[in-house]
Amino acid sequence: MSNFNASRRRVLKTGAIAGAGVALPTIFTASSAAAFTNEPTGSSVTLGFNVPQTGPYADEGADELRAYELAVEHLNGGGDGGMMNTFSSKALQGNGILGKKVEYVTGDTQTKSDAARASAKSMIEKDGAVMITGGSSSGVAIAVQGLCQEAGVIFMAGLTHSNDTTGKDKKANGFRHFFNGYMSGAALAPVLKNLYGTDRVAYHLTADYTWGWTQEESIAAATEALGWQTVNKVRTPLAATDFSSYIAPVLNSGADVLVLNHYGGNMVNSLTNAVQFGLREKVVNGKNFEIVVPLYSRLMAKGAGENVKGIHGSTNWHWTLQDEGSMAFVKSFGTKYGFPPSQAAHTCYVQTLLYADAVERAGSFNPCAVVEALEGFEFDGMGNGPTLYRAEDHQCFKDVLVVRGKENPTSEFDLLEVVEVTPRAQVEYAPDHPMFAGGNLGACNPGA
Amino acid sequence: MFGLDKKDTSKLIIVACLALLAPFILNPFPTDSALAQFNAGYPDLMQRFVIFGIFAIGFNILFGLTGYLSFGHAAFLGVGSYSAVWMFKLIGMNVIPAIVLSVIVAGLFALLIGFVSLRRSGIYFSILTLAFAQMSFNLAYSVLTPITNGETGLQLTLEDPRILGVSATADGSIPVTNLFGLEMRSTFEMAVGPWAFQFNAGYYLCALIMLAAFYLSIRIFRSPFGMMLRAVKSNQQRMNYTGLNTRPYTLAAFVISGMYAGLAGGLMASMDPLAGAERMQWTASGEVVLMTILGGAGTLIGPVLGAGFIKYFENIFSKINDNVLHTWFSFLPDGMEDAVVFIIHPFIGKGWHLTLGILFMLVVIFLPGGLVEGGQRIKGWLSRRKSKDGGKAAGETNPAE
Repeated sequence: MSNFNASRRRVLKTGAIAGAGVALPTIFTASSAAAFTNEPTGSSVTLGFNVPQTGPYADEGADELRAYELAVEHLNGGGDGGMMNTFSSKALQGNGILGKKVEYVTGDTQTKSDAARASAKSMIEKDGAVMITGGSSSGVAIAVQGLCQEAGVIFMAGLTHSNDTTGKDKKANGFRHFFNGYMSGAALAPVLKNLYGTDRVAYHLTADYTWGWTQEESIAAATEALGWQTVNKVRTPLAATDFSSYIAPVLNSGADVLVLNHYGGNMVNSLTNAVQFGLREKVVNGKNFEIVVPLYSRLMAKGAGENVKGIHGSTNWHWTLQDEGSMAFVKSFGTKYGFPPSQAAHTCYVQTLLYADAVERAGSFNPCAVVEALEGFEFDGMGNGPTLYRAEDHQCFKDVLVVRGKENPTSEFDLLEVVEVTPRAQVEYAPDHPMFAGGNLGACNPGA
Repeated sequence: MFGLDKKDTSKLIIVACLALLAPFILNPFPTDSALAQFNAGYPDLMQRFVIFGIFAIGFNILFGLTGYLSFGHAAFLGVGSYSAVWMFKLIGMNVIPAIVLSVIVAGLFALLIGFVSLRRSGIYFSILTLAFAQMSFNLAYSVLTPITNGETGLQLTLEDPRILGVSATADGSIPVTNLFGLEMRSTFEMAVGPWAFQFNAGYYLCALIMLAAFYLSIRIFRSPFGMMLRAVKSNQQRMNYTGLNTRPYTLAAFVISGMYAGLAGGLMASMDPLAGAERMQWTASGEVVLMTILGGAGTLIGPVLGAGFIKYFENIFSKINDNVLHTWFSFLPDGMEDAVVFIIHPFIGKGWHLTLGILFMLVVIFLPGGLVEGGQRIKGWLSRRKSKDGGKAAGETNPAE
């Protein structure tokens, strides 16, 4: 069937063609003349909003996208300006960024590292985005942060709570405004001590990825320091929707506190399962059985409905805060969409403004100039009190809220109440803290 | 040329032209026009086109020739990716060892799974492969976390040894993948008037490997071995009754196709050094089945077309949001504009699966031979119009499974 008749002439010809083929790519090594990746040259600048539109974190993603659109509107001088009026830095003038109109592209991360990177890559390579932001999962945030570092664009992390994002996987081009697992533990521990005492037995159900692991580690360390015991730590797949089989063993473990290291749709389902199994009515070791959700959000509270009443957790921000910045943001978000923003929306909005402000102050879109402007930047008026972008790990330090599911909600948005505002000093840690050790920021990469 | 007959040579030349001129072909619209949204000529997507083309070509060797429908091929892709990333972590950033290892490891893995799964045929074989793939996915996702880094995905760090390279470059960042110094990410941009064409080194490496893979697949299709595989498809029982043991042939086809998948996985990791467990999920296995059927199972060029088609939808249609729609239809009166956007909304953005599903249904119902059959029908229709003899059949069609 096969006919391969090699003659000298044919072999030579084939060899020549193959040689030309191998040599071909070397022609294309020259890089373009721009000073950094995707330098905006026209009258507009493109930002990339990469959020989960499908998957377990889709609700958060939708709210993040709303916040981004609002931020773009404010940067371009539309709307009422929101937090731009309360922000302590006054570099932004409502004429875009450095006089360039802000445009944006959106993408779906699907809460999968692969899809998120593909989406971010197309934003950088096709749409010329000079900054990528978003993500509602730490796995995705870390993957995209790595990509942005390689490509030479800035990554402003959205909702990512893993210690690793600014710990062992930190990158010079990546910045996180959101708080992290360690801070949750530090903020929650004193409250849990007052509520439930120092003699408790905890059982952890943990989403099986970087965020779950580091939060579990942080909470276990913080509660064990109070004198609690940890009987078991069970990892559950991120894609799981039914947690009944994980809840049943909790009853027989002798634990009297269940810690749900779950977020988004996972938490809604696992909490609902736990309540259905009657965990909250149980009395174990002579104490009422309690459930703790270390990372809480209003969207989750809404999804879980009645079940969240009286359950404690921590959050980055809540719309009922009465400071100037929060009120301005809630007002403009509410006017535009008809309901208050979630913490995910807040952090994404703030990150966009912080990036724009850093570019204005640096006078350039060059990632290295932006990094320099953001490192060690202190600001206020963004809803969390005085905040510092620490230069050593690009993590924001600010107050953390401890919240509780409200017993008698007055509206469908009034689901959480702030129990305590934990001051910044209490949640601070050294950059080389063991939970954050092992990483290296490296140098900023302007690409090109 | 290359031991192929005239028809196959022309097919190879067509694929070569498509692959090498892709930066032009996929960028038909000027960058500042409203239609630039539909341009697909950027490195990442072009790389995906050819890499998934390789994956589908390999899958077609098994499915198109022997008729064995594997629902677990993504496992080999994932294994290939993980091996490649480990090579980048341990050996160095040159892509050659990574690609070689990914093919070898995927081949061994395919040998193991194929040896067990091929004891059954038909639906039982499909279920067995699906089970193995899900097993590998779950292993990668949680049990083997020290090797695979679980859900987060295996990534390079500044602390990796990289014994033949450097752990970190002089300016303190992670080195990038290269072919003897030629960086995979280096891109040459050519501006021609309002058009911008991007030529990416990594893309051309993938394209050349894809051409080699395509050529190999033609040779397999035309070889006595390929004929034996076709015989397995048409009636395996009869072959067994004539005293012929078909298992070595099917196992060889399975391993070859697994190695193709491993090659695709290795290339994916070489273009973007990250490996995630979701590459092994059953949806990824289903995707390659869709690609092959959509393009035309059992045809040479079909799987490549199918891969391009699906990846185009995934990356271009999912990017269209309401904002973009509003700019397109802004010429309509306000109420009309909102109504049109409302109607189209479910089919774009996160609804791209829906559009793809509808198109897939249409193709399977009206063009059972896939896109290739569509092409043949158009060709037949044109030649009939030209010669006006009318009686000539519209080219041969290959039955779809």
